[in-house]
Amino acid sequence: MLDKTPSDGPDAAQRPEADTVGPYAVPITLRVNGMTHTLSITPETTLAQALREQLDLTGTKIACDRGACSACTVWLDGAPVCSCMVLAIDVGAREVTTIEGLAAGEALHPVQAAFIEHDAIQCGFCTPGLIMSCVALLRRNPRPGEDEVRTAISGHLCRCGTYPHVLSAVLAAARAAES
Amino acid sequence: MNGFEWMSPGSVEQAARAASATVATAMARRSGTPAADAAVLKAGGIDLLDLMKEGLLAPRRLINLRTLPGLDRIEPAGGGLRIGPNVTLAQLAAEGRLRTRWGALADAAGGAASPQIRQLATLAGNLLQRPRCWYFRSRAHHCVRKGGDTCFAFAGENQYHAIFEHNGCAIVHPSTCATALVALGAGLKITDRAGAKRTVSLEEFFVLPELELQQENRLASGEIVTAVELPEQRASVRSVHLRYAETESFDWPLADVAVVLDLAEGVCRKAAIVLGACAPAPHRARAAEAALTGQRIDEALARAAAHAALQGAMPLSRNAYKVPIFEALVRRAILAVLAA
Repeated sequence: MLDKTPSDGPDAAQRPEADTVGPYAVPITLRVNGMTHTLSITPETTLAQALREQLDLTGTKIACDRGACSACTVWLDGAPVCSCMVLAIDVGAREVTTIEGLAAGEALHPVQAAFIEHDAIQCGFCTPGLIMSCVALLRRNPRPGEDEVRTAISGHLCRCGTYPHVLSAVLAAARAAES
Repeated sequence: MNGFEWMSPGSVEQAARAASATVATAMARRSGTPAADAAVLKAGGIDLLDLMKEGLLAPRRLINLRTLPGLDRIEPAGGGLRIGPNVTLAQLAAEGRLRTRWGALADAAGGAASPQIRQLATLAGNLLQRPRCWYFRSRAHHCVRKGGDTCFAFAGENQYHAIFEHNGCAIVHPSTCATALVALGAGLKITDRAGAKRTVSLEEFFVLPELELQQENRLASGEIVTAVELPEQRASVRSVHLRYAETESFDWPLADVAVVLDLAEGVCRKAAIVLGACAPAPHRARAAEAALTGQRIDEALARAAAHAALQGAMPLSRNAYKVPIFEALVRRAILAVLAA
């Protein structure tokens, strides 16, 4: 009997159709924050896991792992999604942006700076996801009203209750960008 | 989550041939252990991954429909609209062509889940998602819908369960888009393994437990929804979908209602009123529709119609509170259509 480890994959003759891969590890390419990475993942690996465990981009947090808390929010082609409910193998050519992709070198993104200025962080676990949603909102709508900010962050759970400070931080960042 | 093979089919037909089971048939087992040999279809993957992460579904292969071309478009079709199955809830919520006549669908899509989920979740996936009943979603409870012998809700915690048509199983249908689409008279285009196409009205597509205990609809293994068809509506038609939930975001509602009215100078020519989250399938409130048809609608008539909509409700031990919520929601939805 052949001694196989899961990463070996089945013999070519036993392989299913060419359009099918797995359950063994599969090479994929991910475009993250402007860089292209080649990594090896099994099909059940979520984007959140691939970012954190393979690319060391641990700014993206996993809390509920069911798409219910939005701590894992990243952008796919500019739109905020929960990366725990996206399979890494299903990302394809779409551009991933994580919290690490917002700052310009040592200079924080204005929304990140506004979160610090307005004390919109307590334990900080939900903060990267919240910032990804808020920056996406300002890119789409540079002058949002309070209701629009509330809608944009409506998927996020913050058990420290920083919501009022998040609102003031985002509105202040929008005002600052205007002036 | 279990390991699985990942298939990227080249066409709808190839995907249909590769699918060995629906999510429902892969989950319904006498043993209580999900089938390990199933090849199932995946679009947005939201409910699928949820079920797999909870160990309720363990397929051998996922067949990815998400990247098949042409399934994510909204197109005019004979005075109505043809909506691709992979159109996301976010696309629907932002779609200007849905405003007014088909507004109930945009309302339902925009109110579902969270902004992050709406970017990923597809319309067909929303219609086909499995119920949220906590006994159904619990590995520790092998309920009738999963192939067991018992509906635990009847003698258990049933505050979120059905008040109508709970014959053998007290789930409520989880899709708010389904509530809106049944009221709008929508149909589904479905392709099977042999490439044969059929069209079914959404109202007939969903089934009650007395007919089928282990699935919420008539989708067979190897069938794929290829379009949701919104029929033409007269310019005088307005529609609204309202929901009432414990939280304003990311929760399935306690009650949701879609109202579609064709109004000529305040007189109702035609009415469709559908209640969601009250029965195992979207529930048409025909008595309420009859109360409005041919009448000039005012607040008193809206109140009477709402009362008629809840006649025959059979609340369980802990969900009688839903009856007045539904009455208020039906009344408000009728009045909201008048004001639209």
